[in-house]
Amino acid sequence: MSATPERTTSATTAPVASEPVLLSVRDLTTTFATNAGPLRAVDGVSFDLGREEVLGVVGESGSGKTVLSRTIMGLLARSRVTVSGSVRLDGVEIVGASENAMRQLWSTRVAMVFQDPMTSLNPVMRVGHQIDEVLRVRLGLSRTAARARSLELLSLVGIPSPAERYRAYPGQLSGGMRQRVVIAIALAGAPALLLADEPTTGLDVTIQAQILNLLDDLTARLHMSVVLVTHDLGVVATRTSRIMVMYAGRVVESGPTADVFADHRMPYTRALLECSPRVSNAPHTRLAAIPGRPPNLAALPAGCSFAPRCAYATERCHREVPALVETTTPGHQYACWNPLPARGGPRP
Amino acid sequence: MLRYVVRRLLTLVGIVIVISVGSFYLIHLLPGNPATVILGTGDSPANRALLYKQLGLNRSLVAQYVIWMGNVLHGNLGVSFISQTSVASTIRAALPIDVELIVLSQILAFAFAVPLAMRSARHPDGLVDRLLSAGSFTLLSIPPFIVIVLLVLVVSIKLGVANTGPSSYVSLATDWVANLESLSLPAFTLALGSFVLYFRVLRSDLIATLQEEFITMARSKGISHRRIMWRHALRPSSVALLGTAGVNIGGLLAGGFVVEYLLAIPGLGYTLISAIASSDYLLVQGIVLVVSVGVVLVNFLFDFAINLIDPRISRE
Repeated sequence: MSATPERTTSATTAPVASEPVLLSVRDLTTTFATNAGPLRAVDGVSFDLGREEVLGVVGESGSGKTVLSRTIMGLLARSRVTVSGSVRLDGVEIVGASENAMRQLWSTRVAMVFQDPMTSLNPVMRVGHQIDEVLRVRLGLSRTAARARSLELLSLVGIPSPAERYRAYPGQLSGGMRQRVVIAIALAGAPALLLADEPTTGLDVTIQAQILNLLDDLTARLHMSVVLVTHDLGVVATRTSRIMVMYAGRVVESGPTADVFADHRMPYTRALLECSPRVSNAPHTRLAAIPGRPPNLAALPAGCSFAPRCAYATERCHREVPALVETTTPGHQYACWNPLPARGGPRP
Repeated sequence: MLRYVVRRLLTLVGIVIVISVGSFYLIHLLPGNPATVILGTGDSPANRALLYKQLGLNRSLVAQYVIWMGNVLHGNLGVSFISQTSVASTIRAALPIDVELIVLSQILAFAFAVPLAMRSARHPDGLVDRLLSAGSFTLLSIPPFIVIVLLVLVVSIKLGVANTGPSSYVSLATDWVANLESLSLPAFTLALGSFVLYFRVLRSDLIATLQEEFITMARSKGISHRRIMWRHALRPSSVALLGTAGVNIGGLLAGGFVVEYLLAIPGLGYTLISAIASSDYLLVQGIVLVVSVGVVLVNFLFDFAINLIDPRISRE
């Protein structure tokens, strides 16, 4: 897993018109019916994802990024959730698709790496059989062919002595190993789109890097497009071509990764960046934190939802919701009434 | 694993000693004695004393127990005072009937409980779930001795189905069709109670399991709902079910008596009740011993099955 070539992250990797779009999301809104009234977890999100492109979705807990990935995956319980807008995967509409229709897409067109490998594997089923299942049920492989392919997948995701691990139960594997198994299951159907929902949150820091490098390496080798959901800007910095920053269910800034890092305009993006610890920080300095808490999605403030926590907020911010506006860099957008000056960059 | 088995077997020995002492004491507390049953009420006290001596009943209770236990350890359950047949052969004739009855009732109970619990758990508090839950409560509140009487009334008397009425037991060796017919109503009656129990236990465990992340992950593989239920949800949901079944089947071994007695099916229950009525001490002791060992073994077996079905348990 070492010596993985890092993706080039320059502004030129932004989707160009000639590149066919794999995933097209338009005005996607996901509303939960709760006792406190309707809760909009995802609010009017639009983006395109090109083939073999890696998009980072960043935001605090409760910003709607997990719900966004589950909505795209079509995994939310239909009885309690209303989804509007459009999600097209290779031209196939996912919003409103039946569970039966989704079953045809899952594994083979789109797959998901779940957040917590401690809970996402069946504890009473051998891990090999959990991989076999995709191969046998979805791809129609025979028992022996599936076993052979599962062993290949286990070594592909860097699991030593796969034949032994094939027979293990999840409880006999470490967290990092389990997440590798989860990745192997997601890769089994050779999907075009991989949704990775905080794939390293439950893991040790050293294991986090291994898993992220593995994902990085595999997406390049298997020609997949990836939506990488995380709360950690450090994770997406070198691994994505584009970043989408979410706050309270809305996209507040998006653009080519390098551009967003160097020239972010939305104060929330800067606040997030300042939360990442840096090697250049003096020892024992207090870690920066964003004051306040993310808003209650069932009772959003009028105007910009970040305004109550924003140092730059004006009276207008509390009244009107800012729309996404383009910057001079193609593909870089932000939603703010009082943007930071261009070429601001993170403060030292 | 070996340590576990040894520990369980030691427990078994302890339980058997406690139960046999208890039942030995209790049966001697009961009014009536074998001498009255054998000689009638009119015989002379001298004859009675002689018979008591012959039967060994003149010794102290402790001495009687020690002699009995010594014989049991040599594989000898003794000879009935009343019928003069060996207790072991009586039990050998009666036990298979109970085993068959329990097996039939459990097949019925599981065959209905598992699919219906899955159906209910799919939409908790949905229409089907409410109907099934209400129906199972209704069944739970009707005692078996009412159910069996109603069944006999409708099936064997009104509908006139052969071999289903009281005293119509046919052994398996004689005619297996007639045997199944004769055990159908008691098996169904015993199955009802088990069904309600299994349905409720499995339903609530399934509902909890279906909330788990690994079920969402299984869904995201694009496999069918049926496969998710049977391959992913059932096994991790069956720990409580198997534990319950172990206790319940043990209970049926001892508690199917009412149904047996009402239909005069010559199983252990019927034999035990007759033995108590005639103060047939050794037969009562023998049956109590066999039933208690059976209850403990069945529980042991189901605990073992739980270990097999959930790899998390033996490790933790």
